[in-house]
Amino acid sequence: MGLTGLLAADPTQLLPAREQMAFTLGFHIIVVPFGTALPFLMMVANYRGLRYADRDALLLAERWSKVAAVLFAVGAVSGTVLSFEMGLLWPGLMGRFGAAYGIPFALEGIFFFLEAIFISIYIYGWKRLRPWPHFWSGLPVVLAGVGGTASVVAANGWMNLPGGVTVRGGRVVDVRPLEVFFNRAFWYEFLHMFLAAYIVAGFVVAAVYAVGLLRGRRDRYHRVGFLIPFTIAAVVTPVQVLVGDLVAREVFHREPVKFAAMEALQHTRDHVPETLGGVVVDGKVRYGVEVPDLASLLAGFSPATRVQGLDAVPPADQPSQHLVNVVHLSFDIMVALSLLLLALVGWFGLSWWRRRDLPPSRWFLRGAASSGVLAVGALETGWIVTEVGRQPWTVVGLLRTVDAVTTHGNVWLFFTGVLIIYMAVGAGTVLVLREMHRRWQAQDDVVVPYGPPERGSPAREAVPP
Amino acid sequence: MSDAAAAILLTGILLYVVFAGADFGAGLWGLTAGGLTRGRQPRAFMEAAIGPVWEANHVWLIFSLVVAWTSFPSAFAAAMTTLYAPLGLAALGIVLRGTGFAFRRVVIRSEQQRVASAAFEVSSIITPFFLGTVVGALASGRVPAQGGGDALRSWTGATSLLAGGLAVSASATLAAVFLVKDARLRGVVGLQSYFARRARASAAVVLVLSLVGLAVLSHDAHRLTTRLLGRGLPLLLLALVAGLGALLLLRAGRPWVAPLLAVVAVASLVLAWGIAQYPYVLGTHLSIAEAAAPRPTLVSVAVIFGAALLVCVPSLTLLYVLHQRGRLVEP
Repeated sequence: MGLTGLLAADPTQLLPAREQMAFTLGFHIIVVPFGTALPFLMMVANYRGLRYADRDALLLAERWSKVAAVLFAVGAVSGTVLSFEMGLLWPGLMGRFGAAYGIPFALEGIFFFLEAIFISIYIYGWKRLRPWPHFWSGLPVVLAGVGGTASVVAANGWMNLPGGVTVRGGRVVDVRPLEVFFNRAFWYEFLHMFLAAYIVAGFVVAAVYAVGLLRGRRDRYHRVGFLIPFTIAAVVTPVQVLVGDLVAREVFHREPVKFAAMEALQHTRDHVPETLGGVVVDGKVRYGVEVPDLASLLAGFSPATRVQGLDAVPPADQPSQHLVNVVHLSFDIMVALSLLLLALVGWFGLSWWRRRDLPPSRWFLRGAASSGVLAVGALETGWIVTEVGRQPWTVVGLLRTVDAVTTHGNVWLFFTGVLIIYMAVGAGTVLVLREMHRRWQAQDDVVVPYGPPERGSPAREAVPP
Repeated sequence: MSDAAAAILLTGILLYVVFAGADFGAGLWGLTAGGLTRGRQPRAFMEAAIGPVWEANHVWLIFSLVVAWTSFPSAFAAAMTTLYAPLGLAALGIVLRGTGFAFRRVVIRSEQQRVASAAFEVSSIITPFFLGTVVGALASGRVPAQGGGDALRSWTGATSLLAGGLAVSASATLAAVFLVKDARLRGVVGLQSYFARRARASAAVVLVLSLVGLAVLSHDAHRLTTRLLGRGLPLLLLALVAGLGALLLLRAGRPWVAPLLAVVAVASLVLAWGIAQYPYVLGTHLSIAEAAAPRPTLVSVAVIFGAALLVCVPSLTLLYVLHQRGRLVEP
């Protein structure tokens, strides 16, 4: 199906609105782990630094906090755009369900606030607060990251399995806030996303130091900089694989349509094979590799487990074929990337157990250097499964995406503006991070958004001694 | 309960106007500070002043948006489907502003600094202006209850342009008054008079805009004017007195007096708008009670707001105190 087909299938507003939402959310979700999980890495390094008088670890903690500050600033603005877009692109959702959907976001505001305040205190506190109080000033940042993730995921979970609302005549007449927040998808989605953030932050940071090690900077600083994030990611990855398996089973029970799309399963049946890769063309899966009975086994621990196919859904509510393909392939890519990462941390674990050292092979470092990209890939594809797997619904069973989208204004124009500015922001972010990297290599100090002015700056000169 | 939610929303907007206003103004003064060399000192000074608090201030906008869509979903959707143009431009301005500011602190090459500064400073005017036009459109009743109002004329009326101009000039005044205080606290004599001149100039603009504005307003939004001059009058007078007081005490008395008076002045203007519009969310066609979400939602918003105050006020105070005491500044 080509672009013209897409345009013909959807009202004109739907395509740009969805693309814009996907683009801005896809951008924002990469930054999120550095607001929620990087502060944890930074505190681990800070603790090591103080507890064992480890100057390398302290320096790492300080630098990571500055990276967190820059990315937090980027995340704050891209998050603000999202809150505008909620209304500008999806007035149908906000107008009809804002009373329920908004509650988790209102709560998220508190956590966002705490994060912004304490990341500021923490960064300013380097060398200005006493070491241990300074360390503890980082804790609210980590806790706010947990709360913030929970709130946003609660809102997302509510769209997948809405609860806690009474709708009469198309209007929300009653809301039960706790049921809205702790909806039936909340716990598994939250756990999955929370761990994903730690995995992404861990591998991305470790990858930076893996590159350094590959380039022959085999000093202690680079070793510690690699080991702290990689070890955390190595502990979380196997847990995530188990949790992911659990989530898939919950989705099988609670969101059967999404599960059918993930498996690209057309007809309800038992002995369902696990289809690896492949695309659905005219109702049949082509080019995929089938592992007999595996999908049934994974879903219900028995080859006889019946799995609902897409044909169980009334034709009007069925996701289109190309969306099924997007969900199915994204799911496969997410699983494949996670298993690759699992193999990498398995290699690391084995080597550490036998020799108390990293695997000596350069191939391990090459793998570690690419682990950040792989982890981001898994995060993005996983998010696509959740979001696209819900279509054609915005709120499953209650609101179609077609009815949520705005009918006013030229969304293409807004989208173009957003694209241009985000490209500039993305390029600027990379540029700034490279600049920080370059100056740290030259043992220079770096000034960051929340930090104090640099030494020798006019603002400093303005302060009398 | 719906009135309580409206009060919370107005509080959020008020806090945003006051705190973020000072931030926006600092960007505006950066724009007039001159080239990289000449403007280096005032820019660096402003940067140091807003550095640690700019993002925390900004959270009030997100808070207000969330409270608006949660407590008054249909009115929110109506505003969004009518005022998407200024809101979209404000959103883009916010991105440019935040990243421009964040990046400017890190980059060192002058052409990169120039680009980042320009992004930050230009958007420091764009954003408050367009947000101001949105307020003007709401206040003059140009947003229909069903949404989808005139895409251009809804926010280009006299009330909107006035509100946009007021938002920019009041931000500039707030920022200049705060910067005079900072300059006094740090004993930088040159910058005291530098920012004091700017405070007076921008305050004069606010005053002229307000007086001319009242005349324009009576044609453009008659009901709003009657109410502003009726039940809103005490607040308008308070704004006038506090504003003049701030200017008079700019470099006399304790350093904090003038900024506090300036905050009172701006806050009274916002409150006057709120009171003039009460009990309606949109024009005279959608009342607060009609637009409100079901009661449990409003209770949740109130509880969350209470919790936010309990958690954030102490931590924000800690940040401001540490900032002002210079504990966070190099000893």
